[in-house]
Amino acid sequence: MSKSFDLRRARPWEVALTVFALSAPLLVPFVAHGDGGFIRRAVAQEMQQVDTSKLVTIGGAVTEIVYALGEGGRIVARDSTSMYPEEAMKLPDVGYMRALSPEGVIAVNPTAILAVEGSGPADALAVLKSAGIPFETVPEGYDRAAILRKIDVVGNFLGVPEKAKALEDKVGAELDAAIADAAKRPADQRKRVLFVLSFQNGRIMAAGNHTAADGIIGLAGAVNATDSTFEGYKPLTDEAVINAKPDVVMVMTRPGAGSTDEEVLAHPAIAVTPAGQNKAILRMNSLHLLGFGPRTASAISDLNKELYGKPGNVSQ
Amino acid sequence: MSLNDAVRNPFARGSLLMRSGTTAGDRTAIARLTLVVLVILSAVALALSVATGASDASAVNVIGALLTGADDTALSMRDRIIVFDIRMPRALLGFLIGAALAMSGAVMQGLFRNPLADPGLVGISSGAALGAVLMIVLGSALPAGVMLALGAYALPFAAFVGGLLTTLLLYRIATRGGQTSVATMLLAGIAIAALAGAVTGILIYMADDKQLRDITFWGLGSLSGMTWVKLFAAGPIILIALLVVPFLSRGLNAITLGEAAAFHMGVKVQRLKYTAVVAVAGAVGASVAVSGGIGFVGIVVPHLLRIVIGPDHRYLLPASALLGGVLMLGADMLARTLVAPAELPIGIITALAGAPFFLWVLLRDRTRNGW
Repeated sequence: MSKSFDLRRARPWEVALTVFALSAPLLVPFVAHGDGGFIRRAVAQEMQQVDTSKLVTIGGAVTEIVYALGEGGRIVARDSTSMYPEEAMKLPDVGYMRALSPEGVIAVNPTAILAVEGSGPADALAVLKSAGIPFETVPEGYDRAAILRKIDVVGNFLGVPEKAKALEDKVGAELDAAIADAAKRPADQRKRVLFVLSFQNGRIMAAGNHTAADGIIGLAGAVNATDSTFEGYKPLTDEAVINAKPDVVMVMTRPGAGSTDEEVLAHPAIAVTPAGQNKAILRMNSLHLLGFGPRTASAISDLNKELYGKPGNVSQ
Repeated sequence: MSLNDAVRNPFARGSLLMRSGTTAGDRTAIARLTLVVLVILSAVALALSVATGASDASAVNVIGALLTGADDTALSMRDRIIVFDIRMPRALLGFLIGAALAMSGAVMQGLFRNPLADPGLVGISSGAALGAVLMIVLGSALPAGVMLALGAYALPFAAFVGGLLTTLLLYRIATRGGQTSVATMLLAGIAIAALAGAVTGILIYMADDKQLRDITFWGLGSLSGMTWVKLFAAGPIILIALLVVPFLSRGLNAITLGEAAAFHMGVKVQRLKYTAVVAVAGAVGASVAVSGGIGFVGIVVPHLLRIVIGPDHRYLLPASALLGGVLMLGADMLARTLVAPAELPIGIITALAGAPFFLWVLLRDRTRNGW
């Protein structure tokens, strides 16, 4: 054998397959109109009217809003973050909002999909759109206006703008009251709250700017201890934890898992902060606290009460 | 026995690598039978993949209507989309990816004469992953025109380039004076994998929550959201690699005796290595790009087959490709149906099934098999 390649040894089928493989990219323009379906055009003409009688809702806040509008009966399936209200838990679960399965969603025979911004993956959404299922994205956000906008988008999509208007007025008034109440606290009395998303091997993953935690801490009349020095959730060094000087460390309640208060307090960096010395640890239901849906006003009051209202729980 | 025969088949009767117990004739017969069985299994796996899923869409009706040209207005658009636009590209691409990963593993193991060699080990997967993560995190910073031109191809393209650059870097580091040192290549591969992992880590630190979760799920691997566009983006690269690699089987057989021995037998060792590495980089880069991290296929499948059909690459390479495809489709069927209507990342299933199985094979055969 003198060569690695000897084309004379090539069998006809090998040559044929090679030619096919080489020519396949040339077929792309003929096949790929739109994003990936052979039968897209026919579908595009069918989707004129939006039928929202059988909905899949993706995102806890979206599901809550549909129920709050009194339209929960339309939902046929929800994602795994939609755990409120109780009725939602009885519906089929199409998986985590960022790891949706296209066929799984189609399998529940929805007539429309209502998903919070950030649902995915993008490929799965592209397939769902190509399947001709009307798809509405609800913008995400962590302030008063964002909550009302979510209700507005959901209400218009469901064709119940009056109900949405009523809910917006009610939620808006509740939010105004809760925010105004929390805002009464003078700036120099506001507590610095360190929100710890996870606490693994002594590494603290804390909430920075543009997070739901940052939003709710601000609305509840407190200060995010990380002072908006970074975006999103990031691991903090011990020194950064000490520099943050939190008065309170906030962690999420998680059934069965998570660190105990003792473990959190034993962390060397937390131990030297005001929160560590006063043993000020706050546990809150993350779904309620970080959902930014219709119940956020009560989350604001709850957090405010936990922070300032109960001297026994949180040191003053 | 002439030298030439020894190169063509080092496993023939009386050759250096022949083990007692089985004759070359037995092995060949078993290997041919295995290939036939695997071809049938592949067809069954493809058919089952198109026929099963979270929904009750009937593939038989849809394809039947398509083939007979019957009036298909009776079929619902939903069923046609599920069978034709969701399951079919997914089954085909899944099969190709499984074939690419398994065959790449077999080639690497033959080339490095090391049973642990795997595209992951020499850093090719890490390089491809780095390319993909770069695109996820920094893609929005690219000029809009570039992203628009790449479109659905952006991520596969980035991963492919990452895999290829890693491979070329690896090759440059390991080659001196026209000689490629396999030991240097393995060690450099580990270093490059660590480096790519570190840069990926920096990007993960920079990423926002949304990107972070994208990266996490991407790393777990999934065949979700496979479209015809993706099939036509990644498929040809994988297919070309799958077709080129079997031509290397005689050279890989010779290398089993050592690179120097192969060289003296007239094998163009440098060219063989170069072709093998580029083919593997292409196949793995394209696979990683569309499916994310799917582990253990590349290492389990060739080992399993070596036990059944022996180490002759002429049979091992095509058999690895077929079995890799079949196992990938099997894992994907589990991923799609176990928690339906939700879906598990397929990388979890391949690792969960592959790792204990691999251990079992090792323990069972550590005395009987050299490796």
